[in-house]
Amino acid sequence: MAEVTLERPPVGLPDLPRRGRVREGLRGYGLIAAMWIRSTMTYRTSFLLSTFGNAAITLLDFVTIFIMFSHVDELGGFTLPEIALLYGSCSASLGLADLLLGNTDRIGVRIRDGSLDTMLVRPVPVLAQVAADRFALRRVGRIAQGLGVLTWALWTLGPQVAWTPGKVLLVPVMITAGAAIFGAVMVAGAAFQFVAGDAAEVQNSFTYGGCTMLQYPPTVFAKDLLRGVTFIVPLAFVNWLPALHVLGRPDPLGLPGWVAYLSPLVAFVVFLPASLAWRAGVRSYRSTGS
Amino acid sequence: MRQRAALYTAVAAGGFRRYATYGTATAAGVFTNTVFGFIVAYTYMALWDERPGLGGYDQAEALTFVWVSQSLLAAGALIGGGFQEEIQERVRTGDIAVDLYRPADLQMWWLASDLGRAAFQLLGRGVLPIVAGALAFRLALPTDPLRWALFLVSVTLGLVVGFGVRYLLGLAAFWLMDGAGINLMATVVSIFCSGMLLPLTVFPGAFGELVRALPWAAMLQVPMDVLMGKHSGAGDAAEALGFQAFWAAVLLGLGRLVQSAATRKVVVQGG
Repeated sequence: MAEVTLERPPVGLPDLPRRGRVREGLRGYGLIAAMWIRSTMTYRTSFLLSTFGNAAITLLDFVTIFIMFSHVDELGGFTLPEIALLYGSCSASLGLADLLLGNTDRIGVRIRDGSLDTMLVRPVPVLAQVAADRFALRRVGRIAQGLGVLTWALWTLGPQVAWTPGKVLLVPVMITAGAAIFGAVMVAGAAFQFVAGDAAEVQNSFTYGGCTMLQYPPTVFAKDLLRGVTFIVPLAFVNWLPALHVLGRPDPLGLPGWVAYLSPLVAFVVFLPASLAWRAGVRSYRSTGS
Repeated sequence: MRQRAALYTAVAAGGFRRYATYGTATAAGVFTNTVFGFIVAYTYMALWDERPGLGGYDQAEALTFVWVSQSLLAAGALIGGGFQEEIQERVRTGDIAVDLYRPADLQMWWLASDLGRAAFQLLGRGVLPIVAGALAFRLALPTDPLRWALFLVSVTLGLVVGFGVRYLLGLAAFWLMDGAGINLMATVVSIFCSGMLLPLTVFPGAFGELVRALPWAAMLQVPMDVLMGKHSGAGDAAEALGFQAFWAAVLLGLGRLVQSAATRKVVVQGG
């Protein structure tokens, strides 16, 4: 950390142009993340165990689905490989968002114990510091197992899908845009903690809870719930709408097929309120003192 | 003897109060448990629509399973959390030496404190999700007060079994440098083998038989079945509670053995 602080006086970044700020943020993020990776590697066995454990803990959701399918052939009209496509894509997206931004939920603790104050005087944007705080490389475990299940699903479903160039492109776009949508939810959740205090679990119910929901086909859920996750917190764009399009299935809400391609735009749009909320949160922050 | 009882009651009350101070976190937890309850309830409805009577439950019973398990999660620390990290931290920093000099037994101290914590979470995080579930779905909650009393006994035994497992994890810090890995693996097992993801009666074949015999079954599956009257005869109920008491005794005994081995390892450095 010392090398960062020495370069600039610790007074925030009032005069930097916008692009400089983003670059500074990314650079700070990279340095902090690298520091945490080095520190994690001190206990290498523990790192390997926890990476494996991270993959295993999330794979259990899929084992649950697998056990369900030992009793039924279809769930909500969907087969096991079709559900694997949903499961793998949202697990990979959430894993990616969790790796890059997941630790923003610790901000409630930092507000409570006052350690956010030190972050405010460092010459790196606070969001970058909060996101890179305790960067947990073990979370690649979830990404890896999500991509593994996704690969199996695509392998099994491959011959049945009427592939077009658009659909082929949609698969990686779905993963990255999905991660961005989850990321926006995480930033908004962190901003909420400025108001609510230690409420990390509210954020979890939209991210982890959302992912649990997106693992199952939309036909399973009530229409009102579907409307909520399409139009209010647009989680349906993480994987439901793109995956339904790939599978050639209609959307239960009757939206047209091209909506499937809107995920990147939706991701961009949801980041606006999230980042506004974040800025309002930082501005409203009053230190707890010590 | 009476002094001892007063001491551990005070420790338990401390555990209760400590968690009662986290008001927002508790409210956030209730919200999360309710959101998950809704999501899982819909998936169970899809499953029980396809296979009515799966695992010996009708749909109302399956939904009861969902909502009551959401209510018990935090109390049983089934998805992680609890005190084992704290013991591990105290072992790492050496503060455990202070604990050993207290005029109380280490295991009983932590048991009392953990039961206090669980009591708070049973009230703070347990009641509202069940109410939410009962308002939104048709549940199979019993009306017989005796059944609820038996359920509470069973929950308490389940909490002691859960404590037994987590106490062993905590003590493992005497031999391990860092507890994060083993805690995570333990959470994996707990999530899967307690019945939290799917009732253990749905697990097929010999694998199902195995998980139903393990201590994790005593933490969630058995209390759920007691509540829904799956062990309705007096003999059946005694057998279910006996299964829990057996695992509680085994784990507490094991904890005691490991504790005496661990305390022999402690070297107190003055300073």
